[in-house]
Amino acid sequence: MKNKIIASIFILLFVVLVYSIMQMPAGSGTDSLAYSESTEYYLENAASETGVTNIVAAILTDYRAFDTLGETIVLFTSIVAVVSVLRPDRKPKEGENNG
Amino acid sequence: MDDIIVRSITRIVIPFVMLYGIYIVLHGHISPGGGFSGGALVGSSLILYTLVFGVDKARKKFSHRVSEIAESGGILLYLMVGILGIFLSGSFLSNQSAGFPMGELGSLLSGGIIPILMIGIGVKVASTMISLFHILIEEEK
Amino acid sequence: MDLLKDILEHINFIGAVALFVIGLYTVVTHSNLIKRILGINIMGTAIFFFFIAVGNVLEGAPPLIDPEGSSEVVFINPLPSVLILTGIVVVVSITVYSLSLVVRIYETYGTIDQKEIAAIQKGEDYSD
Repeated sequence: MKNKIIASIFILLFVVLVYSIMQMPAGSGTDSLAYSESTEYYLENAASETGVTNIVAAILTDYRAFDTLGETIVLFTSIVAVVSVLRPDRKPKEGENNG
Repeated sequence: MDDIIVRSITRIVIPFVMLYGIYIVLHGHISPGGGFSGGALVGSSLILYTLVFGVDKARKKFSHRVSEIAESGGILLYLMVGILGIFLSGSFLSNQSAGFPMGELGSLLSGGIIPILMIGIGVKVASTMISLFHILIEEEK
Repeated sequence: MDLLKDILEHINFIGAVALFVIGLYTVVTHSNLIKRILGINIMGTAIFFFFIAVGNVLEGAPPLIDPEGSSEVVFINPLPSVLILTGIVVVVSITVYSLSLVVRIYETYGTIDQKEIAAIQKGEDYSD
């Protein structure tokens, strides 16, 4: 009985989300949702200002190079976090009874 | 693994996968790809080596010391190029206004600092994948 | 029918929402810890899929400039692809850290079923 209630709640959630997605305009031209002035600037001026032909690489490493630096720091922090959980340094203090 | 077919085919396949990954990292500014996907490919080939030949043999090739140098070296290369941009023109991580050579559009040596940053990102991602795999798979003795 | 044509135009978005609801169902229903962590990963992947599908332009070329081609080509939007690369790295970091915590939980309690862990914790509180 509990499984049927949970399944019906999730089907209701799916129907509500699909109904709200139908209101969005489909990406059928240059009037879709995420096309803004900065996109047109990047597409026109990326080749002459940066000198590479791959626009995604030019945006990642020239216009927004600081975000990529932050992301490499996130990768480094994840290694530090995993090492601190799985290989902790246990230094026994002097004068403690239980080992 | 003890199977002889898996070992022989892995010995043949690993250099080609690694070469393809390095090709994607180096041509990151001409064709789709870049540092992240190329680094993931090189890391996957090293994980394949660890899975087939065991953790002890893989630890001898990529020891703790090599992983530490690769991890820190990737970020330090990125930061050195950025600080060099401060000395040359005045803003952090600047490309054309700092005077780096641009080259022709579409050739391999073009784009100023962009191929150097791609190599740094590729090394960092590959060493992260292999370090995490070794830490998660080793057992206490 | 008009409704069928609408559904066929938005088929990418509906697929992303279906994947998100499947991931949420996995997190809520199962009691195994590793299945829940993979459910969170599936939800993150569904959101990336949705975000990249928003930046699509029908009959647009991939954003690679040809040096000697014409200059009247319609490109797709490159910005969502750039922003998703950072998101993928964050989701991978969260998954790896959660899995390392599950290794520690297994060493402490001996099981990775969440209901048994709650029962063991109640037993420890009563016996202290």
